[in-house]
Amino acid sequence: MTRIMKTTTATLALCVAGTAALAQDATLSIESWRSEDQAIWDDVLIPAFEAQHPEIDVEFTPTSPTEYNAALNARLDGGTAGDLITCRPFDGSLALYQRGQLADISGLDGLDNFPDFAKAAWQTDDGSATFCVPMASVIHGFIYNAEAFAELGLEEPETVEEFFGVLDAIKEDGTYTPLAIGSADQWEAATMAYTNIGPTYWNGEEGRQALLDGSAEFTDPQFVKPFEVMQRWNDYMGRAYQAQGYTDSQNLFTLGRAAIYPAGSWEIGGFNDQAVFEMGAFPPPVEAAGDTCYISDHTDIGIGMNAGTDNPEAARTFLEWVASPEFASLYTNELPGFFSLSNAQFEVEDPLAQEMISWRQDCESTIRVAHQILSRGEPNTWNTMWSVSANVFNEASTPQEAAQTLQEGLESWYEPQQD
Amino acid sequence: MSDPVTDTAKDVRTRRKRRRSGGLHIVVFLAPAVLIYSVFSIYPLVESLRLSLFDGLEDGTAVWAGLENYATLLFDPNWATQFWRAFWNNLVLFFIHMVVQNPLGLLLAALLSLAPRFGSAYRTLIFVPTLLSVVIVGFIWELILSPLWGVSETLLGTIGLAWLYQPWLGLESSALTTVSLISVWQYVGIPMMLIYAALLSIPDELIDAARVDGLNGWSIFWKVKLPLILPTLGIVAILTYIGNFTVSFDLIYSIQGALGAPNFATDVMGTLLFRTFFGQQLQVGDIHMGATIASMMFFIILVGVSIYLALVQRRLQRYEM
Repeated sequence: MTRIMKTTTATLALCVAGTAALAQDATLSIESWRSEDQAIWDDVLIPAFEAQHPEIDVEFTPTSPTEYNAALNARLDGGTAGDLITCRPFDGSLALYQRGQLADISGLDGLDNFPDFAKAAWQTDDGSATFCVPMASVIHGFIYNAEAFAELGLEEPETVEEFFGVLDAIKEDGTYTPLAIGSADQWEAATMAYTNIGPTYWNGEEGRQALLDGSAEFTDPQFVKPFEVMQRWNDYMGRAYQAQGYTDSQNLFTLGRAAIYPAGSWEIGGFNDQAVFEMGAFPPPVEAAGDTCYISDHTDIGIGMNAGTDNPEAARTFLEWVASPEFASLYTNELPGFFSLSNAQFEVEDPLAQEMISWRQDCESTIRVAHQILSRGEPNTWNTMWSVSANVFNEASTPQEAAQTLQEGLESWYEPQQD
Repeated sequence: MSDPVTDTAKDVRTRRKRRRSGGLHIVVFLAPAVLIYSVFSIYPLVESLRLSLFDGLEDGTAVWAGLENYATLLFDPNWATQFWRAFWNNLVLFFIHMVVQNPLGLLLAALLSLAPRFGSAYRTLIFVPTLLSVVIVGFIWELILSPLWGVSETLLGTIGLAWLYQPWLGLESSALTTVSLISVWQYVGIPMMLIYAALLSIPDELIDAARVDGLNGWSIFWKVKLPLILPTLGIVAILTYIGNFTVSFDLIYSIQGALGAPNFATDVMGTLLFRTFFGQQLQVGDIHMGATIASMMFFIILVGVSIYLALVQRRLQRYEM
């Protein structure tokens, strides 16, 4: 009996000592909606960080994407949220910052590694405070079945007319559905069609800024033209595309039944696993050969610090590491299709990802037009863009009507557009 | 043998004691229900009504707004269009359930009450979809109706009707009807069971008497059975009305998304509430406006049920059986 007592006491003492030693260290947990990245964080990113900072323990604790915003808000309000917060771009995170739930991290040295447009997604409107480190963007373009192209003797189109020439050839042959996109889920119409091909017409940032300062309207030709082009896509989409959803389109393409997939680069990982054929990618075609090309290089994911964290020092250390070239290279290569926004030079190994990131050199980058400021009011411009883009596909609206709806919605609450 | 006198005295004493302890046992027995109902149903309801009277500020605090949110919802063109469209779609949904689901449930129950061969197997099969998760039902029907992988076109083809096939879920004209019919398929088992139980509780003597009086099966159904189950049909109608506002959300959200695609053709109060309250993509969630919509749903259900109780339920004749 005494022996047992002694052992227990010893164990207890050890435990107490252990806790005391651990207290020196910090444990950080990361809130995220990217539950599919769990393995990459656990096996690659966190070990790489902990190798340099053994005193800091990091845990990746994601929530499912549809619940993330609501769950995070509840945890932040209740004071139980993680130390590090994965940030949605623009207003979602801005609201958290304004409520004092995301810390101001403007002083972080690593932020100098990022271009201004990348930081803009996580800054106050005047740019005075930054609250998240940019992690990655997604790039839009078209992914195609290279074997189908070879079989039909087709080449990557450069201009819009060439693009429709390629579509005609595929349609005539009849083996493949020319374009793998439907309108059932609506968001692809806005994301992979309108904001994919649109920047070519509104000259990327120039057009976006013009909408912001009120010098351009959605009813101007440069914003109507993309809808007109989309209307021409109808003839090349799958039969009964009105009921074709996002996963339908993905499967149609990866099963080798469609030739061209209007894409976001986040598809690369999945497509590499699913498709058994060679794939290639081309940026949105331009009107006339030699025109500047524009790509949607959309700031999609960042990471910030919970203002209420118990370990602000450790959290800052982690954020500095996320801003480092090492993280940029690790992240981009582990998650092909999520491109680090860092200015650092690094090798991208996946051929498809390499192709898409190379467009940053040749083309002008911009972000999705509705995302900054313009979707702050009701009706929400981005929601409206989903509906009207799908309507153009469904021939429920003409391009002019679609643009008109967008403009009326924006004008109803956005002051710079009101005169 | 015990003394009868003392026995009576004891009885009186116990009775008195029982009376003195007041309805304590009533309180004890009611407490769990009252407690659970108050905490999980009444408190949230009151809280939601309270939320709808405030307005959120950027820093997360709230200020008193009175009925401003209700005015915005009903009169601001942006909100009013969405609100009335959703309300109308709910009415359409209710109408389709009333004319398809409930008569179908009645028919099935009537057939089952005749005790056909394999009756219990049919009963189980028809009821099973009710137990399935809405997400699974939505997903299965989406696949069945899909133009790419679906079997509906092939099935229509086997009876020479392939030309009838349309991407029903994707067309503005047919999306809401299609979703309603999917919901009817899933939930027809509930009215069927309720009506079936009511039919079974009709005493055989009544039917026998009617038969002796010379009524045939058809007349017995209309003149004897139907009047006796009217109160149940009333309950079914009111359950359909309430379910139409609550249950419809799950199915529509899982098939058509929070924006009620295509072009808001399937947008109901539930989806409007969901995206307003929790946010949708770049639309930041607004708990106060969301609570306003939730409260409006509460009032609409309240008014509907009250009208029903006042005008219909009280006039229904109940027969002792």
